[in-house]
Amino acid sequence: MRSAPRQARRSALILASFAAAITLLLAGTWLATRAQVAANQSAARAALLTQALPAALFDNDLAASRQPLPEAAAWLLNGRAAANVYRASKAGRPSGVVFEAAAPNGYGGRIDLLIGIAADGKLQGVRVVGHKETPGLGDYIDQSVSSWARQFSGRDTASHRDWKVKKDGGDIDYVSGATISARAVAAAVGRVSGYFRDHRAALLQGNP
Amino acid sequence: MNNWQEISRNGLWRQNPGLVQLLGLCPVLAISNNVVNALALGLATTLVTALSGTAVASVRNLVPNEIRNPIFIMIIAGLVTCVDLAMNAWLHELYLVLGIFIPLITTNCIVMARAEAFASRNSVTEAALDGLMMGLGLTGVLIALGALRELAGKGTLLAGADKLFGEAGHAMVLHLAPANYQFLLALLPPGAFLGLGLLIAGKNLLDARQRRIAATAANPATHAVSQP
Repeated sequence: MRSAPRQARRSALILASFAAAITLLLAGTWLATRAQVAANQSAARAALLTQALPAALFDNDLAASRQPLPEAAAWLLNGRAAANVYRASKAGRPSGVVFEAAAPNGYGGRIDLLIGIAADGKLQGVRVVGHKETPGLGDYIDQSVSSWARQFSGRDTASHRDWKVKKDGGDIDYVSGATISARAVAAAVGRVSGYFRDHRAALLQGNP
Repeated sequence: MNNWQEISRNGLWRQNPGLVQLLGLCPVLAISNNVVNALALGLATTLVTALSGTAVASVRNLVPNEIRNPIFIMIIAGLVTCVDLAMNAWLHELYLVLGIFIPLITTNCIVMARAEAFASRNSVTEAALDGLMMGLGLTGVLIALGALRELAGKGTLLAGADKLFGEAGHAMVLHLAPANYQFLLALLPPGAFLGLGLLIAGKNLLDARQRRIAATAANPATHAVSQP
């Protein structure tokens, strides 16, 4: 007959050995997948940058050209203390920039964006890289769901001032019933283009 | 009817996790707003229920009764994490679609319920089949609910199929309503509750009719036997 303390010891041992075995399994899987996951993530980041700025516009390693924005600009454009800007160049001459930006006021909270602007001031691409908008409703801002974000491409950051949806008197299309998402992204694009307009030379020379 | 058919019928229809056991409602209600999401979550859940059934059944004789729940939880959480990591590494395209759903599978009570009620008491092959069939049963409900909500809400079917099937998926999308058609109620969470209610009612209706037919079929038979 087994006494209670002995039984408890036995249970504890079994539980501990299961925990150890599963920890080993997880550690093994993590080690086996780590390199591949990191490669996938950097490939995905490079692909995202290309969607914000057409590949024909640059020939440098965009992902490696990362530079931090000043803290005040990071708060303004990204809603956080840190944000990066990527500098594109073609044949050694600066050809554009990609901002890590965000709209802090989406329906579901923060909407992370990559915004590419060519050296001539024309918007090249607005790409939503992370959001929590309602699936099937506010998620049309995401390029994998609809082509909504493409309407920004080609707009001139120097002359365009009204970064508002049509409902608010601007000229940005939106889907009725999900205006908040479009309004938030449009305002974020407006902040980035204003910043580019004011700091164009410094940004292109690589000292933001 | 042999044991394997019995297990399959239970998972797919009689004990269907979505319509009868009503387990795992959190992911079912959240993800069923279109067919593609529903199919993707259903298949990922099926993989986890089949794996966890196999794993739990294969260690069932090593696990003392009083600490079986923490051990099962550990096994399930470990498996979900391994599936999550492996898909992130080797099925990255699919992971980008399913990524947010996979941790949700841990919250799906059906996995724990089958480990506790079935896998801990049956052989490894039976538990694997049970996990597979329970997962497929849930997938069926998810697809039906997803189709119902997508059709009523947006007038499309299989929108976003390219995320699962690659470029060929663009050709699979059916547009059955004008492009600007939208019925919000079906897309938002209340639509999931209403849709699931309709599906459960439909299943009960079918079952009731089956019983009635069986009863009328049985009566003449007993009558015939009593005749000389």
